[in-house]
Amino acid sequence: MIPLIEREIISNGWLTGREFVDIISISEMTPGPIAINTATFIGYKIGGIPGGLAATTGVVMPSLIIILIVYHYFTKFRNHTIVQQIICTIKPVVLALIIQATLFVAGNTFLREGRAIKDLLDVSPAGYFLEIFNPVTIIISALSLAALLLSRIHPIIVILGAGAAGVILHYAGLL
Amino acid sequence: MIPLIEREIVNRKGWISQDEMIDILTISQSFPGAVAINSAIFIGRKIGGYSGALFSLLGVTIPSFFIIIMVAKLFLYFRTIGAVQAAFSAISSAVVALLIFTAVRIGKTCIRDRISALIAILALSLLLITDLHPIYVIIIGILTGLTIYLLRDIKTKQK
Repeated sequence: MIPLIEREIISNGWLTGREFVDIISISEMTPGPIAINTATFIGYKIGGIPGGLAATTGVVMPSLIIILIVYHYFTKFRNHTIVQQIICTIKPVVLALIIQATLFVAGNTFLREGRAIKDLLDVSPAGYFLEIFNPVTIIISALSLAALLLSRIHPIIVILGAGAAGVILHYAGLL
Repeated sequence: MIPLIEREIVNRKGWISQDEMIDILTISQSFPGAVAINSAIFIGRKIGGYSGALFSLLGVTIPSFFIIIMVAKLFLYFRTIGAVQAAFSAISSAVVALLIFTAVRIGKTCIRDRISALIAILALSLLLITDLHPIYVIIIGILTGLTIYLLRDIKTKQK
């Protein structure tokens, strides 16, 4: 869902990439489906409560229509090979969409000046790199990924942990 | 969301069986839209017809709606504070990790043969290189996949 929302939001100039990434972060942390959370937040930010309502309705209506149609046919053609094959071919496309969303969020997170760490280190050779990349955020990503892959920690704990780490790093002058 | 729905519908109320739940999840994941919403609509339709579908949709949407409106108010109020911005930089870094993790998990389940790998690569290059709307990429992906599978079926039948 995120690439679809991103496409419309950015091309209409409603939000910057940075704001959109913040909203995705909030949606990941808040209980409830991410697509609804993201849409409601963006709708609310642009058009207040009516905007939020309109965006929520807009994001759930296609699901309602599609699933009701699918339900109607699924009960008849449940084991039909063509249905199975459509399902088989959608998944790789979904994978591609997730990779694109990952690149988008990563771009908006990492490609930001590591100003705090640059001031702290006060080194000239790394200065140019730090004007483009923020190594602190890259390290947080790497640690979070390791935690997700190697342990059975719930994703919400990883997200909350990262948030807490961000606040600590801010007061330590690193972020 | 999904474990919550499963516990309530399958274990506690016994409205649908575990096997049906797995089918419903597969369908919900395969069609556009959020999985939690899709499966709620499907389960609602199954148990209570069209009004069931409508009410389970409302049930899954309304809590999110109010929570997000409150969170949005708070965020828009506090976002200029340095510590809040730092927290969000760190959180979006964790979100990157979460997305990579999701991609790995989905990749494991859906990349089974050369055809599915080919479709994924084709879709990703279309998304990154061209300016095509994602919805067309989904349609192209499905059509390509179906064509390849149909051609293969015809070939095997000829032999």
